[in-house]
Amino acid sequence: MDLKQKGVAEISSSLPHILDETSESLNGDLLFPQFNSLHYGLKSSSSEIGHEAQNQDQSAPSSFFDSQILSWDPRAMLNKLSFLEHKVHQVQDIVHSIANNDGRFSIHADEVAAQQQLVTADLTCIIIQLISTAGTLLPAMKNSIISANPELERSRVAATSPGTAFSDEKMVAPSETMKASDFDELINGLSGCGTAGDELIECLKNVGSGVVETAPLEDHDLKDADDGDLLPGSYEVLQLEKEEILAPHTHFCMICGKGFKRDANLRMHMRGHGDEYKTPAALAKPTKESNSEPTPIRRYSCPFIGCKRNKAHKKFLPLKTILCVKNHYKRSHCDKRYTCSRCNGKKFSVLADLKTHEKHCGRDKWLCSCGTTFSRKDKLFGHITLFQGHSPALPADESKVLGASEEKVTVGDMVCNLGGGSFGDGIQLDAKGIDDDRGFFSLMNFDSYNFGSLDDFPRPAFDVSEGSFCLSSGSSSFMTRNDANSSSHRPG
Amino acid sequence: MGQIRTLRKRTCEYEAVEALVLVFASTNPSCDTLPLKKRRSSDDHFPNLFDALSDELLFLILDRLDSSPFDKKSFSVVCRSFYAAESRHRRLLRPLRSDLVPSVLSRYPSISHLDLSLCPRVSDGVLASIAAAAAGPSLLSINLSSSRSFSHSGLGALAAICVSLVEINLSNMIDLNDASAAAIGRARNLEKLWMARCKLVTDMGIGCIAVGCRKLRLLCLKWCLGLTDLGLGLMAVKCREVRNLDLSFTMVTKKCLPAILQLPYLEELSLVGCPGVDDEGLTSLKQGCKSLEVLNMSNCQHVSDVGLSSIVNDAVSLRQLILAYYSPVTHSLTSSLLKLSNLEKVKFDGCRITASGLLALGNSCISLKELSLSKCSGVTDEGLSSVLMKHKGLTKLDITCCRKITDISIASIANSCSSLTSLKMESCNLVSKHAFCMIGERCHLLEELDLTDNDLDNQGLKAISNCHRLYILKIGLCLNVNDEGVIQIGKSCPLLEELDLYRSVGITDTGIMAIACGCPLLQMINLAYCTEITDIALRSLSKCSKLNTLELRGCFQVSNYGLAGVALGCREIIKLDIKKCYHITDAGMVSLARLCYHLRQINLSYSSVTEVGLLALASISCLQSMTILHLSGLTPSGLAAALLASGGLTKVKLHMSFKSLIPKFLIQHLESRGCMLQWRDKPFQAEVDANEIWKQQSQDLVATGGF
Repeated sequence: MDLKQKGVAEISSSLPHILDETSESLNGDLLFPQFNSLHYGLKSSSSEIGHEAQNQDQSAPSSFFDSQILSWDPRAMLNKLSFLEHKVHQVQDIVHSIANNDGRFSIHADEVAAQQQLVTADLTCIIIQLISTAGTLLPAMKNSIISANPELERSRVAATSPGTAFSDEKMVAPSETMKASDFDELINGLSGCGTAGDELIECLKNVGSGVVETAPLEDHDLKDADDGDLLPGSYEVLQLEKEEILAPHTHFCMICGKGFKRDANLRMHMRGHGDEYKTPAALAKPTKESNSEPTPIRRYSCPFIGCKRNKAHKKFLPLKTILCVKNHYKRSHCDKRYTCSRCNGKKFSVLADLKTHEKHCGRDKWLCSCGTTFSRKDKLFGHITLFQGHSPALPADESKVLGASEEKVTVGDMVCNLGGGSFGDGIQLDAKGIDDDRGFFSLMNFDSYNFGSLDDFPRPAFDVSEGSFCLSSGSSSFMTRNDANSSSHRPG
Repeated sequence: MGQIRTLRKRTCEYEAVEALVLVFASTNPSCDTLPLKKRRSSDDHFPNLFDALSDELLFLILDRLDSSPFDKKSFSVVCRSFYAAESRHRRLLRPLRSDLVPSVLSRYPSISHLDLSLCPRVSDGVLASIAAAAAGPSLLSINLSSSRSFSHSGLGALAAICVSLVEINLSNMIDLNDASAAAIGRARNLEKLWMARCKLVTDMGIGCIAVGCRKLRLLCLKWCLGLTDLGLGLMAVKCREVRNLDLSFTMVTKKCLPAILQLPYLEELSLVGCPGVDDEGLTSLKQGCKSLEVLNMSNCQHVSDVGLSSIVNDAVSLRQLILAYYSPVTHSLTSSLLKLSNLEKVKFDGCRITASGLLALGNSCISLKELSLSKCSGVTDEGLSSVLMKHKGLTKLDITCCRKITDISIASIANSCSSLTSLKMESCNLVSKHAFCMIGERCHLLEELDLTDNDLDNQGLKAISNCHRLYILKIGLCLNVNDEGVIQIGKSCPLLEELDLYRSVGITDTGIMAIACGCPLLQMINLAYCTEITDIALRSLSKCSKLNTLELRGCFQVSNYGLAGVALGCREIIKLDIKKCYHITDAGMVSLARLCYHLRQINLSYSSVTEVGLLALASISCLQSMTILHLSGLTPSGLAAALLASGGLTKVKLHMSFKSLIPKFLIQHLESRGCMLQWRDKPFQAEVDANEIWKQQSQDLVATGGF
């Protein structure tokens, strides 16, 4: 463990300027408070997150706590914790199925790969949610309005929550059974996968970069989702499950189980199952009848708790269509599976986005001497104005520019690896901790690990922690995004 | 002007030294630049006394020899030590041919200023050799305006090695691209950069310069049409030291104006003819530039009083405001100038000015030193008098073509502005001949006077001769002036340098002789269409050894004899116009070629010169521009030979008929050498007495009231 840490430290010390750059590029002002708050939150909530069962017990009395003492919203916390639990169960199920299939050898390799990807995605999701949950515990940085006016806020949450389709029972019901052994199994399953750790790192990287990359996209979404005219309550809110959203087909044949993207195609398919499906009535659009009565205005909610598109969010912004939901969920809460083969850099979770990008990829003709390319001249000049020593690079000296851009790419990768690496270590350490004592996920572990490394390698360790800053800030900005603002959704 | 005076006095003091030097120069039998080795060996027996003089002493002498290029040449051929001292002393070099540059640079190791503006072709190799020369790293300035055929590689070498380079002039480099601009960007210490008419440079190029040359103080981007607000804005952000910025005729708009006006040290800003600058942009400016001293917003069609007052309001230190060809100058505009307590110079050339506008200018509390109302419509006696009454300290006044003013205005000029040094009043047709007497009697300090096309007579000219400091006098087209007045000028204006007698048909040899005797400093004289002039006048002009410009167009009585006299006496002739001097033949050209090494520009149209004369002229290495239309004796092959022989030519005006007669490859060769051939298709003009026509026309004009 230490050895590995050392290696990371060495890498980071050899590249101090890279870290400087990254820390510069990320908003330095936000970075420290969030990191500190993270630690603070982790410490204070250690007992709760550590034991899920205990947590369930605690949640009841917590609502009776004086609002002055409790600066965070216990109900929201409960929601988040139950979501975590839900997620863990899912992962567990998948890993179970993988383990079963391993024995049978009848499953295709790509199917296994898909399952592994699902596991890593879910784990990433869990980690992020965990951090965001911990972050909410700090009174100073989160929801100053709530802390100032807790009564009001609580009443508001109480008023909105019963109406949600995501019922309380569903969230609470299966959660008690979470045990340490389950986690052991999960971790074992993970390590059994071999490359799972790497994939996790990949995922984390994606998340980190995703936060940066989707920033302009969000603005776009905000523009599109102008539902200001619709008052809350004047429309019906539907929330699809994650599986439904991610399913490649939405229409399934009840007889043979074949899936279709469009209902019309399903109806065409049904004709093969018998004459009764060939009647004009069966082939006609089923919605035609219901057309007579005015359909209520329908809006959609994202199943991701904490997302602004989730109806539980206090500034809930509904999504207009199912397609919006799909695109939003993929863009905001899934890893980016599609990589642009031309630039090998940009990643997308929606295929259409990749195709759109490919149309413009390589057209970034405005170059900076640092190797950054821009599709627009004014963006390049804004960049040059901002950074000392950067100057416009002419496409004439092609070789030089290419070299610079390659360098840049490697720099980015190393930073990501550093961040991911340190995090991966942290998780493995926790896995060890699970073996040692049952107090796993008690975040004391996390802390001691960090402090220990600080003591051992005074200067490089700082760099390492800076590397993890980049990640933690990425995830924490992700968190704030979920809480405070928008999410991605592009209609059509 | 005073500075020139003192300089001249100083050179006179050192004339003794000069004379001494010249004596020694003349003892040298051949005028070679290198002393002959034979002589040196014979001198060994008698030690050279000049060797004993220390370098410091020689440098002190050389410091005083800046006025004429001859003096230093003479100095350097005295002896070996003088030659070496001159080589080490010289700072400025202005070579005529770029191919000589490498060898010349090895002779002058301490050159800091290199002016290549006379070399039409400067290749990358030449630039590289400049960079590699001993003087390269210490080179401070280089002038490449009007040079061509070098690229970014040469400029890159220059920028990389000549680290102390502070000034680069790249004007007129119409094929200069962004790569070259990027190369310039590597000259980190650059302070002054001229890039006028570099139309291919885009924002990327200027961006490289802006990022690289952070110390820029002067930047001229006139006619750089490839630039937009992005590049200019970046320049304003990065080059915070800029003092002097010329953005004339660019596409600058309101988007980058705020950034430009926030330059902390900006002193001089030119926005001539910027169509993108408008009232809206100027009024939206949060703050003007407090350090601004000179503002030129001529020809900005979309700017009116509103925009101008908003930019001018904060410019508390403004000294000069130039608003030529501006939208109407009204009361509100001139009254917005009242707050500018430091304003000294205002130019409203070519504007329509309202009476109230002029009155407001008159009521202001500031005291102007220079005012230009040239070609302004709407300038009346009343308005001008009110302005002049207020601004008694006026030293320069330009009322060219103010056709409404009469003797009343001139009287107020004479009464109020006694400290006037410059008065330009060409074509003020309503002013009577008596008015000029008033000027001559009251304005004794006049140094520059333009009375072209006025009703001036000998009485007036006699009065004007009271202005003893006069050094520029233009009395062209004053048909009532004759020898009587000009003799008086020659007697009492010894400082006269420039005399324009264009179409003053009353002038004869007597008048010119008086001028030649009385004005030894004469540098320029225009005798075009003074048809009475003969060889006698030209022989007398040979006394004016400083003469550099001589116009004899249409003086059909002059011949080779007179021209030889001029060539003998006026060795510094640079420009010569002998168009329609029908008696001048090849013999005249031979004498010119033998004596006038500095001739740069000549017009030979309609003269009797043939290819022999042209070939003789080819030996003048300075010769750059030649106009040879309607030379009856010229054959195509002779012309081709002459053109081929004159290596330094950059511009030749030829008759169209020769275009098909000269081989194509020769034309291509000449053009690649940097020579521009301009083909003219003017018909041959028969001999007409143009003066008579002119006289008739002007009399018609006077009869119809000046319009």
